[in-house]
Amino acid sequence: MSKAIKYYYDFLSQPSRALWIGMKLGKIPFDDCPVALRKREHLTDEYKKINRFQKVPAIVDGNFQLSESVAIVRYLSDKGQFSEKLYPKSLEARARVDEFLEWQHLGIRVPCGLFFRSVWLYPVNGIAPMPKTEKIQKLVKDVETNLEFVERLWLEKDFLIGDQLTVADIFGASEINQMKLCQYNVSEKQFPKVAKWLARVRESSNPYFDEAHNFVYEKSKQAVSAKV
Amino acid sequence: MSRLATLLGLSQGSEDQQRLQMAFQESNRAKTPTRQTTNLKMSPIKYYYDLMSQPSRALFIIFRLSGMPFEDRVVALRNGEHLTDDFKRDINRFQRVPCINDNGNKLAESVAILRYLSAKGKIPEHLYPKYFVDQSRVDEFLEWHHISLRLTCAMYFRTVWLEPLLTGRTPTEAKIEMMRMHMERNLDVVEEVWLESSDFLTGPTLRVADIFAACEIEQTRMADYDVRIKYPKIRAWLKRVRQSCNPHYDVAHEFVYKISGTGPQAKL
Repeated sequence: MSKAIKYYYDFLSQPSRALWIGMKLGKIPFDDCPVALRKREHLTDEYKKINRFQKVPAIVDGNFQLSESVAIVRYLSDKGQFSEKLYPKSLEARARVDEFLEWQHLGIRVPCGLFFRSVWLYPVNGIAPMPKTEKIQKLVKDVETNLEFVERLWLEKDFLIGDQLTVADIFGASEINQMKLCQYNVSEKQFPKVAKWLARVRESSNPYFDEAHNFVYEKSKQAVSAKV
Repeated sequence: MSRLATLLGLSQGSEDQQRLQMAFQESNRAKTPTRQTTNLKMSPIKYYYDLMSQPSRALFIIFRLSGMPFEDRVVALRNGEHLTDDFKRDINRFQRVPCINDNGNKLAESVAILRYLSAKGKIPEHLYPKYFVDQSRVDEFLEWHHISLRLTCAMYFRTVWLEPLLTGRTPTEAKIEMMRMHMERNLDVVEEVWLESSDFLTGPTLRVADIFAACEIEQTRMADYDVRIKYPKIRAWLKRVRQSCNPHYDVAHEFVYKISGTGPQAKL
């Protein structure tokens, strides 16, 4: 029972980073099991035995297997293996964090993910050519429509859910940061609250935030100290 | 009071009687506000929904199956009732349905609402387990379905049904094909992985996961898609879900049946 969980992840995956940062901040011990997506390690039969959906992140706890980052946060939290500060236990505070975690799938993850895939992942790996300017503009517009929601509706306080850092912030920031690879930086002019919040999230979850984002920073050829 | 005092063998005006009276007053005082608070707490949640919305239907069915009383607040999306400033300020800042108001506590996002009400003891455990290991299986599906099943079924529905209705333009065959391909890639996962070895998505019995999923898939009927043709397991599972949820399932899908021009069991 006391054996550490096995954590399967890749830093190129947004939710993998988010969960990794969350566990590190909460000092949750885990066995490091990196899965190199670029080498298609997740598509092997061996990995299918670990996660039938062949995605990361995933965990194995004894003989219990679980995928989906948000489901993993809840599982670990209920087991007493996730920081209560990051994922609160009280009914109402938890409902607020859940509200964001559920919203971000379609609100943040889809638009940021589509942009990232079309403008970086596919062209860089020769899967598809770089889209036309028109298409890129449409993708950016979808991203910014939702950043607008974050700016106007979610960021009433310093963090997404009140005055303290929660997993909601880590998940949100990890998705948004990924767009650095597409040379997209959140404009301080256009989204002043989001820009400041991103810096705050990074500061509150460092050194783990930078460690998890190292690959993103390097590949986007931007100094880590560059303004977000 | 005096009769009680007599029965207890106390004479009028005695010290004991005064003490007894005080005790009664005390207990009444203690009781009254308690009763008031309970009454306030007992006021049912306000549920804002439109049965044209998939997660609205899912929660509607879940609430009905749970026997949870709720105040019906129908929001007619087709009339743009969710787009008013009042709605944004007083009901849901994201201007969507479903959402709830639980004695002043406003909450959006169907899965967050479900989890909140479950934690409050309003949802039976057989629909959404409390034991964390079992719950995580259901959560795994709920988290999976947003950007896979939900997104692609909704995009198909939007492309084939909603957008032509709003813009008067017919989508190209190529576009419909692409949407169908994306959707079927996820229906494949439902058929082959989720329904691989069990009657329901997350085990041998009906859980909220099945209800959320069925509501998404049923929506595609309106876009003349019949999931039953290519997917025998999904076909049999949908039947089971409907049976386990009726009569509420058919009530929630009345619009869908009507608009698609198909009865609950009819082939398209």
